[in-house]
Amino acid sequence: MEHKDYKSINKSVRKKDAMQLLLGKPVYTGDISPKDALVVKLLRSPHANAIVNTIDTKVAKLVPGVVDIFTWENVPNNRFTNAGQTYPEASPYDRLIIDRHVRFIGDVVAIVAAENEKAANKALKLIKVTYDVLEAVLDFRKAKDSDILVHPEDNWVAPCEVGGTNKRNLVASEQSEYGDVDGVMADCDIVLDRTYHTKAFNQAMMETFRTYTSYDRYGRLHVISSTQIVFHVRRILSHALGIPKNMIRVEKPRIGGGFGAKQTAVSEVYPAFVTMKTGRPAMIVFTREESQIAGSPRHEMEVRVRLGANKDGKIRVLDLYTLSNSGAYGEHGPTTVGLSGHKSIPMYTGSLEAHRFNYDVVYTNTMAAGAYRGYGATQGIFALESTVNELAETLNIDPTVIREMNMLKEGMLMPAYYNEIANACALDKCLAHCKEMFDWDKKYPVRDMGNGKVRCAGMGMAMQGSCISNLDVGSATVKLNDDGTYTLMIGAADMGTGCDTILAQMMAECMDCSVDDVTVFGADTDASPYDSGSYASSTTYITGKAVEKACDDLKKRMCAIAAGLMECSPDEVIFEEGQLRQINTDRTVSIKEVGVKSQLNNDIVPQATASHSSPVSPPPYMVGMVEIELDKLTGEVTVLDFMSVVDCGIPINPALARIQAEGGIVQGIGHTLYENITYTKKGRPIESSLMQYRLPTRLDMGNLKVEFEHSFEPTGPFGAKSIGEIVINTPAPALAHAIYRATGVWHRELPITPEAIAMGACKNNN
Amino acid sequence: MDITLTLNGKKITDQIDPDLTLFDYLRSKNCYSVKCGCETSNCGLCTVFFDETPVLSCSVLAVRANGHKITTLEGLQDEASEFIGFIADQGADQCGFCNPGFVMNTIALLRENPDPTDDEIRQFLAGNLCRCSGYEGQLRGIRTFLDSKKSR
Amino acid sequence: MITFQKYVKAENLEEAYTLNQSKNNKIVGGMLWMRLSTANYNTVIDLSGLGLDKIEENETCFKIGAMVTLRALETNKSLNDYTNNAVSTALKDIIGVQFRNLATVGGTIWGRYGFSDVLTVLLTLDTYVELYKGGTVSLAEFASMKYDRDIITNIIINKKACKCVYDSVRIQRTDFPVLTCAVSRLDGEYRIAVGARPAKARLYGDDEAVLASGITNESAALFAEKLAKQVPTYSNNRGSAAYRSQLVKVLTERNLIKLGGLM
Repeated sequence: MEHKDYKSINKSVRKKDAMQLLLGKPVYTGDISPKDALVVKLLRSPHANAIVNTIDTKVAKLVPGVVDIFTWENVPNNRFTNAGQTYPEASPYDRLIIDRHVRFIGDVVAIVAAENEKAANKALKLIKVTYDVLEAVLDFRKAKDSDILVHPEDNWVAPCEVGGTNKRNLVASEQSEYGDVDGVMADCDIVLDRTYHTKAFNQAMMETFRTYTSYDRYGRLHVISSTQIVFHVRRILSHALGIPKNMIRVEKPRIGGGFGAKQTAVSEVYPAFVTMKTGRPAMIVFTREESQIAGSPRHEMEVRVRLGANKDGKIRVLDLYTLSNSGAYGEHGPTTVGLSGHKSIPMYTGSLEAHRFNYDVVYTNTMAAGAYRGYGATQGIFALESTVNELAETLNIDPTVIREMNMLKEGMLMPAYYNEIANACALDKCLAHCKEMFDWDKKYPVRDMGNGKVRCAGMGMAMQGSCISNLDVGSATVKLNDDGTYTLMIGAADMGTGCDTILAQMMAECMDCSVDDVTVFGADTDASPYDSGSYASSTTYITGKAVEKACDDLKKRMCAIAAGLMECSPDEVIFEEGQLRQINTDRTVSIKEVGVKSQLNNDIVPQATASHSSPVSPPPYMVGMVEIELDKLTGEVTVLDFMSVVDCGIPINPALARIQAEGGIVQGIGHTLYENITYTKKGRPIESSLMQYRLPTRLDMGNLKVEFEHSFEPTGPFGAKSIGEIVINTPAPALAHAIYRATGVWHRELPITPEAIAMGACKNNN
Repeated sequence: MDITLTLNGKKITDQIDPDLTLFDYLRSKNCYSVKCGCETSNCGLCTVFFDETPVLSCSVLAVRANGHKITTLEGLQDEASEFIGFIADQGADQCGFCNPGFVMNTIALLRENPDPTDDEIRQFLAGNLCRCSGYEGQLRGIRTFLDSKKSR
Repeated sequence: MITFQKYVKAENLEEAYTLNQSKNNKIVGGMLWMRLSTANYNTVIDLSGLGLDKIEENETCFKIGAMVTLRALETNKSLNDYTNNAVSTALKDIIGVQFRNLATVGGTIWGRYGFSDVLTVLLTLDTYVELYKGGTVSLAEFASMKYDRDIITNIIINKKACKCVYDSVRIQRTDFPVLTCAVSRLDGEYRIAVGARPAKARLYGDDEAVLASGITNESAALFAEKLAKQVPTYSNNRGSAAYRSQLVKVLTERNLIKLGGLM
C-alpha cells in the first residue's frame, strides 16, 4: 500500500510541551510537589548478600526533624515485583518493601522519613545495623545451580510459568528450535562459534527516580511519579502495600527521561509506605548514586552465537544461547532475554534453513536489572551482527553484499518471529540507501592517515518490535469541546519522546483539524482510559491505532448530533473537510455548532473511547554505518560520521523520529566506547556517579545523519510502526566492526576501551 | 547568615544556613528551572549566571552570592525566546530536564561569541549533558538560529 | 555535600591562616571536589575577598592568584601565547565551561591531584608556589610536600624562552585523563611532566642528554622509550599500569616531535 498525502501525519510539528520545557517551567514531579512533604531517604546495604541481624533506630529517631524510621519488621510480608508489566506478570514475585535478607550492595535496609534532608541524612548515619554477612554470587556465569541461593525463601512465586525456580537461582529458562540445526550445521562449509558479553548499562536519564505521595480529599493515596506506567504502578502499590486499587490514584507530570528505567516501579513504594504510615505527604528523590547503583539497568548478557554458512556467504543456520543476569531481583528478566534471539535471528530469514535459541536467566547478588531501550534485542543484535561481519571478513565478501544475500525481505514468513509475515519491510531499501548516503565503497577500505592513525568503517543492521503482541492494550478517549476543539485523553506516558504530540497529530489527521485544536491529557489512572503504558515501542503503533478507532466512533456521534440540527437521519450525514454535511445537499453544520449543540438538550455524548491490541508486532528495521579514526598507539577511537536509515513504516513526525534515532545512536555509542559497569571484589559498583559513568558528551559522537525509508504496515495507524527502541541497536556492531577493520582484532565485550584496543592491537602484532 | 543579592533583577535579603548551596537556595526561591542531574558537578543542569558568568549552582555556596547578581532562566525568558523556537523545531527539547541548563549556557556562549563555529558550540556546551537528543538536533537548532539571524 | 556551622570570608590572609590552623576548619576554593565529601567542619574559610583572583604579568613573570579560575587561565591570551596554547589545551576538556568558571588554580594545585591536567602542564614551566608562611617553593617541590595548614597565595611562572606542548588520553572527552603528558623547552632545557599515572604528575629532564643534539624522530623515540621505563605507573579502573606505560611512550614521543617542529 502507498502512503497518502497527509495533512498532519509525516509533518514535523513542535512538541506540544516544547516551549514550557525550553523556558524551564515547573512541570516535573520535583517542581509541583509541596515543599512541606516529608523527605524520604533509604538506608542501603553495604553487603552484597547478608541477613540483617539487629537493627537499632532509637538514636536515629531522636534526631530533631526525624518523623519515623521503618525496617523489615514494619512492612507487609507480600512478595511482589516492581516490573511494570501486564498482569499476571512474567516477572517473579520476589521482593518485599524491605527484606531482612539484603541481596545486593544498595538493597534497602531502612526507610527514614524526616522534615528535611539534613535530618534524614543525619539519621541514616545513626541507624545501627549488624549483619550476618553471607557469601555472595557475583559472577553470573557461576550463578545457575550455585550452592549460594539469592532467593532461598519459600514464599517466592512465579505468576507465569517461564522455566524459573529460585532453588536453582533461575529466573527463567527456555529452549526452542526450528529445523534440523545440528544437521545443517554439520553440512556447512564454515561455522563460527563466538561469545559476546555486554554489561548492565544504565539509562542515566537526566531526572533520577522520584515520587511524591499524599492522601487526597477522599482519603485515597495520591501518587505523582516520574513513571512510564501509571496503571502498573497502581497495581504494584496495591499489591505491595496491601490496599485496594481503588484507593490509589497514580499520575505522571512531565518526565525527565525514562528509556525503560521508569517501566519499573523503582521509587514509588517508599514514599507511599511513609504516607500510609504517617498520613503525611512524602517525597523521595533518588540521588544520582542511588539511580546508578539501585536503579533498573540493562540486563548483562553473554550471547553465544554459532553461525553456519556456505563459502559463497549463504547463512544457513543460527544457534544462539543467551545467559542473562537479572541481578538480585527478577524484574523483566524472563522477557528481555527473549528478544536477544527473537529480534536478531529473523533478520536472516532470507536464507536460514534452521535456527535454535536457548536461554537461561539467573539471579546474582548485583543490582537488579530492568527494562532499557532495546530490551535484549540490543545485546542479541550486537552478537549476531558482529558474527555476520566476521563471516563477511573471513570470506572476503563485502559486509553489505553478504546482507543483501541473506536478509529478510518484504512478504517473507518469519519462522524465528512467531511465524509473522513481514508485511512492511524496507530493510533492503534501508541498506541500499545507507550505503549510498554513507559512500560505503569509499569509506569501507582502511586508509592510513599517518602517525599511527587509520580511518575505516563498519556496519550493522537491526530490527525491533512495535508492541507486545496479543498483550499490550492501548486506549484513547477523544471528545469534542463546545468551541469546536478536541481533547485527547491517554494513559500512555510521554517521557520526552513526544507521544502526546504524535498522537494529537493522528487525531488531527482523523478529524481533519489542526494539531493545535487537539488538547492532550495524560496520564492519570483516575481519568485516563487504560493503557499498558509507554514501553515495548508500542505507543505509536498500539495507542495510535486506538486514537484512530476512537476518532471513527466520535465522528459517528458528531454526525448523529448534526443530524438533529439538520433534521435528517444520521445515515445521511458525513464528516468531511472539518464540517458535517447532509449527503446530496449543500447543507452543512460546523464542528463548533455540533459542539454547542452537544451541551444543549442533547443525549448523544460527543466522546468516544477505544482500546486496541494487536495479534502481531511488526518490526521496524534499520541500517547503521560508522566511520571512525582510530589511533593504533593510544587505542583512542574518534567517531567521525554515523549514518543510518530507518524503516519505521512512516514517521508520524519526522523531526521527532529523527531525534529519537539520534538520541538512541548516541546512547549506543556510549555503551560501546565509554560507559562501563565494573564492581569491586565485594560487589560494589564502581561507576556510581556521572563522574565515573561516562555519558557521551557532544564532543564524543561525531556527525549524525538519519534518513528514512517508508513502508506501509497494514495493521499500524497510517501504516506506521515503531521507532523508539530500534535506534540503539546498530552502534555496537558497527563500531566493533570498524575497530576490527582498523586493528584486525574483534572485540566481543562492551565497552571497547582505548586500552582494550591498544593492548589488543599489541597482542595481534606480536 | 544574612545575605543580600540581586536575583533575576530583584534585590533580596535573606537569612540562610552557611552550608546551603546556591542550587538549594534558588529552588527555595521558586526558581524551578534550576535542575539537578548529579551530585558531582558533571551534568550542567544547574547552570545559572553568577554576575555574568555561567556556573554550576550546585557547587556554589549561597553565601558567596552575597553582594552579587544571580540570574536563572526565570530571569532570561525574553533572551531565551529569541532562539528556543529553533530548538523546538528540531524536536530537540525532548524530555526537557536538561533544557534550562543548556539554554542558559547557550545564552552565555552567544553573549561571548555571537557567531560561533559548530566546533566552538560543541566545545562551549560540552559540560551540558543530554541523554535524549543525541546533541545533533540541539546543534542544528542553534545553527539554524544563527543562520536566520544573518539573513535577517 | 560537606556540612559546616560557620562561614568566614577572610578579611586578610592572617585571619585566614589563623582560622586554618584548626583541623575543624577548612579553606574552600571552587568547592567542586570538596563538596563531594560528607565531612562536617566547624568553619569554612573563603579567600574570595582578598584580591587573589587576578593574573598579573610583568617582563619576568606571570603572577596568578590562588583564586583565579581555570577558565581565566584557559582564556588568558598572554599566558597561552607564551605556552603555545599548551595551557588552554590542558584545561579545555575539564568537565565544562561552568565547572572551569568555578575551579580555582589554588584549589587544584593545593590538592596535588593525580588526575590534574593543570599540575602536569605547570610542572613543565618554571613555576613556583607562593605560600603565605612557607615562602616560595618550586611547583615540583610543592607537589612532593606533605599537606600542611599553610595557604597558597599565588602561583608564579617565570618567563623564559619557552616552547610547550600538551596532550592527554581520555576514554571520553571530558573524563579524567588516563594519562597526561606535557613537554617543554625552557631556555634550552627539556622538561617532561607525566601525570594521571594515576598518581600525581612527576617532572623529568633530559638527564642522559638524549636530546642534546636536538629533537629528531630517532632521539624522540629513544627518549620516550627510556622515559616509559622510568615513569612509575599503576592500575585503576581507567587503565592498567602496562597501558599507561605504553601511553607514556606514545605521548612523550609525539609531544617531543611536535615540540621539535617535526610535524
